[in-house]
Amino acid sequence: MEIPLSYYLCLSVVLFVVGVAGVLTRRNAIVVFMCIELMLNSVNLTLIAFSSFLGSITGQALVFFAMAVAAAEAAVGLAIVIAIYRNKRTVDIDKINILKW
Amino acid sequence: MITDFGRVLIFLIVGVVFVAGGLIVAWLLRPNRPYPSKLATYECGEVPVGDTRVRFNVRFYVVALIFLIFDVEVVFLFPWAVVYKNLGWFAFIEMLVFLGMLAVGYAYVWRKGDLDWDKPAPKVPRYEKGIGVQETRMTEEEIAV
Amino acid sequence: MQLFDVVFYVFALITILSGCVVVFSKNIIYAAFSLLFTFFGVAALYVLLHADFLAVTQILIYVGGILVLLLFGVMLTNNVISVEMKTGTIQAIPALIIVAIVAGTLAGLSYSTWKGVAVPAPGGPQTTTGTLGQMLMTSYVIPFEIASVVLLVALIGAAMTARRHRNS
Repeated sequence: MEIPLSYYLCLSVVLFVVGVAGVLTRRNAIVVFMCIELMLNSVNLTLIAFSSFLGSITGQALVFFAMAVAAAEAAVGLAIVIAIYRNKRTVDIDKINILKW
Repeated sequence: MITDFGRVLIFLIVGVVFVAGGLIVAWLLRPNRPYPSKLATYECGEVPVGDTRVRFNVRFYVVALIFLIFDVEVVFLFPWAVVYKNLGWFAFIEMLVFLGMLAVGYAYVWRKGDLDWDKPAPKVPRYEKGIGVQETRMTEEEIAV
Repeated sequence: MQLFDVVFYVFALITILSGCVVVFSKNIIYAAFSLLFTFFGVAALYVLLHADFLAVTQILIYVGGILVLLLFGVMLTNNVISVEMKTGTIQAIPALIIVAIVAGTLAGLSYSTWKGVAVPAPGGPQTTTGTLGQMLMTSYVIPFEIASVVLLVALIGAAMTARRHRNS
């Protein structure tokens, strides 16, 4: 008895929704960052589930590149958070509103 | 029939059971008589000062960042190494271009001095006649990020 | 084959529970370490989906790299004087509405595949590293080279942004 595709999809839906909830409700910029990583992981899981069930490896190549981009994104994003912290002494996203109209 | 990753799973389970089992058995067997100096953080016999969670120097972040980028580079090397024999020179040139691109980044961080760890200048306690040893403390600016 | 199902459910549970801890924990250190279990769980699910190379890549890049970076980020941005690790939440009600909308849409989408076209189950164990390498070197040569440019730009940009400027 194999696990059907829909189970994997449900799992990544749950993971994605948990990530969305975190991005919308948390105030610490680094926790928001972690939640973005959660969402990214859930999308990667969906891609691999489809790639595996359709018998095509293209999805895996896509996920491979997505991981490389995720690493670059994490590096630059955290550098920005640190630069903001250095200037404003806070990582609370409520207080970082200088670009907000 | 057990697959390769099945073995990895068995290793994982055995590792978790080993550590958790040891901790639980020790917790059941040991006497529980805490007192403050027993509960204090072990710091080689010294009295611990301050909290563990102090703010790190930003240089740690830059080194971790460089590590992450070259970690990804190494991951790209694995699939290339598997097919290298079949593709020959073409794959070799491809990877040379890839590595050359990242070598530029390496040269940049090297040139900009992100890789050298500047040593903090030792602060010798000033001794003045009649006053005794002056307290030397780091200023707020010195420990800033 | 019953064992396979059990492994799936265990890792799915680990992934979701630790994901919830990441989002709802008040302590940022707990959130970061809980993320470790989420990444491991997702890697295990990759193995179950016969993506062995990507499972190892997930552990190398996410656990070995991104998580370490995140922990350094946490350690760098808390106060020296008052150790403030706790984080609050904002806008619970609007967030709940948006989350409900997103969840409904995605659940509806995946429900439509529930009884959709019968898809073949994944084949037997096979290694994907060689196939991926073949693809990287032939049909995905340009993305492969562009990935190196992306990494170069990220390295230079992030090092420049994070560096402490001496004169200021």
